Amino acid sequence: MAKSAEEENQQKAFGWAATDNSGILSPFNFFRRENGDDDVTLKILYCGVCHSDLHTLRNDWGFSFYPVVPGHEISGVVTKVGKNVTKFNIGDRVGVGVLVGSCKTCECCEQDLENYCPRIIFTYNSYNPDGTKNYGGYSDMIVVDQRYVLRFPDNLPLDAGAPLLCAGITVYSPMKYYGMTEAGKHLGVAGLGGLGHVAVKIGKAFGLKVTAISSSPQKESEAINRLGADSFLVSNDPEKMKSAIGTMDYIIDTVSAVHPLLPLLSLLKVNGKLVTVGLPNKPLELPVFPLVMGRKLIGGSDVGGMKETQEMLDFCAKHNITADIELIRIEEINTAMERLAKSDVRYRFVIDVANSLSQ
Amino acid sequence: MTRLPEEVHSNKAFGWAAKDSSGVLSPFNFFTRETGEKDVTFKVLYCGICHSDLHMVKNEWGNSIYPLVPGHEIVGEVTEIGCKVQKFKVGDRVGVGCMVGSCHSCDNCMNNLENYCPKMIFTYGTKYYDGAVTHGGYSNIMVVDEHFAVSIPENLPLDATAPLLCAGITVYSPLRFYGLDKPGLRVGVVGLGGLGHLAVKFAKAMGTNVTVISTSPSKQKEALENLGADSFLVSRDQDQLQAAIGTLDGIIDTVSAQHPLLPLLGLLKSHGKLVILGIPGKPFELQVFRLIQGRKLIGGSMIGGMKETQEMINFAAEHNIKTDIEVIAMDYVNTAMDRLLKGDVKYRFVIDIGNTLRPSS
Repeated sequence: MAKSAEEENQQKAFGWAATDNSGILSPFNFFRRENGDDDVTLKILYCGVCHSDLHTLRNDWGFSFYPVVPGHEISGVVTKVGKNVTKFNIGDRVGVGVLVGSCKTCECCEQDLENYCPRIIFTYNSYNPDGTKNYGGYSDMIVVDQRYVLRFPDNLPLDAGAPLLCAGITVYSPMKYYGMTEAGKHLGVAGLGGLGHVAVKIGKAFGLKVTAISSSPQKESEAINRLGADSFLVSNDPEKMKSAIGTMDYIIDTVSAVHPLLPLLSLLKVNGKLVTVGLPNKPLELPVFPLVMGRKLIGGSDVGGMKETQEMLDFCAKHNITADIELIRIEEINTAMERLAKSDVRYRFVIDVANSLSQ
Repeated sequence: MTRLPEEVHSNKAFGWAAKDSSGVLSPFNFFTRETGEKDVTFKVLYCGICHSDLHMVKNEWGNSIYPLVPGHEIVGEVTEIGCKVQKFKVGDRVGVGCMVGSCHSCDNCMNNLENYCPKMIFTYGTKYYDGAVTHGGYSNIMVVDEHFAVSIPENLPLDATAPLLCAGITVYSPLRFYGLDKPGLRVGVVGLGGLGHLAVKFAKAMGTNVTVISTSPSKQKEALENLGADSFLVSRDQDQLQAAIGTLDGIIDTVSAQHPLLPLLGLLKSHGKLVILGIPGKPFELQVFRLIQGRKLIGGSMIGGMKETQEMINFAAEHNIKTDIEVIAMDYVNTAMDRLLKGDVKYRFVIDIGNTLRPSS
């Protein structure tokens, strides 16, 4: 049984929560656990607004436990460390992403793939083994086991770096796992939102030729001039799609809307790889013919393990990759959610938590 | 322009052909080319009946050219070689599978993946370089570029080896490519037909632990005792499925009939791979989050390149892998096609061409 925060937790915390599936966020007082021996306490400075925050607020996936304090693209500074903490010191610039716990003993955990542990504990809208509930980063502070805390390299800004903790690792991990990093190869990035725009940048940093694939022709100039894509393909222009058939080695599909896979599979060369990281709420149609005839594959991927997430942050710092963000104050969050639902953001909202959250 | 073989060639041949989309096969006289510099000519001794022969004789894929002589699981004995032939000599045991030509210059050909060459020429029903339509192995003689012939080791029986040239390579290649060939891995095989029964044998020979997944509980004994599978799962039994969730590293799915993918994805461990070899008439329904949770993938594969086909044959020889076959006479072929349509064969028909194909008057 879930116990109330008051029974188990001692530290007072404050944030914004949704209390029902209207998804409207409002100020919310709660408790977090005391800093344990293996724990790090962060003062939260920034938190990115991920599309899954919106889904969870509105209970789109059917497993929201209200009240929900969202936020899993969290950056801040360390204010407390437990006695077993070796990785961090007070004052360190750190981040927390999508997960804050796992079993630490299964095959996945032993292979640094905590993100696929069957007992993964998500950063918010989840319960700990002792029954206490987890709240996310739209709040003033958070207490996290050091294993799930990331170090921000010195040159990586805390605001524009925060979205890398979810959006960044979500595209970086499959590129590594599926072997999509060979310089000179051709990567298609379908969908130019929070994930897609980071995928373009990471793809370029790997030395790939990158084509942004989008249904919005007006994004062309931005994709090429601002994000650095080599070319732009309008996905609902049959002529252009036809002329690009069989030209790509890899595609990362970040589109969450229901969409046909056949045109994307057609863009791939023989042995091409299509990785989907978006979460459409209905099944997609998967044509088998192109998979068999061209030995193509379609694969999924879900964020990344802690070791790889640190590697991704270091990679982004080295290549000066950050998210393109619009910084907002916490009281603007409900408007931001409305805009996010309409994809009206280039490309990630980040809440300036420290400068705008107050009782 | 497509030309008839007799307009191009003078070498007399005979076999059985379908003349129209009824798919009924009957004796047929035709011509093949003379043995070219790089060609081997061989007397056909056995030819397997692949399910795609059935599709092609009935024009179910819409691209059949009649008269159509099917057959792409062909074995025989070399009778003549061209002056530039290096791999074969007269009397050698040879096999020809699904293809007899490719461009030899594209990326795929350069990587020994002629099977994915955009200009690949199928063994039958495709226009060859000389304009003639290719004819398959339900016939007395084949003339092929030596690049597309494989050598058959002495210890392999010709009849039970013929189906390896299509069914065998179709399952062998993805086991290798998708890394499902490591001892100790747990591999599922869906569907126990021509492809499936060979997938069990190859996967076992590679040292994996094999689970056969089938809708027919009646196949359990056969799968375990005759084919050597380690376990058997009835795909319609919810309790069995539930108990097997998250236990397999990979699945080779050989079923062409429409079937749900979701239960199969559920059987995979994290990072598991589902390889599809059959092509159902309609697209699958794919719940993407089932791939995302657990980083699973769905991949396809189509036969294999020539180098890998030879490797597969050599592997079969080394591990004594043979197809389970029912040898038939040429004039039984129409009955065999009817039985094949009903899945009534364990597991492959092979036509005894050498002893039963008689010239028509």
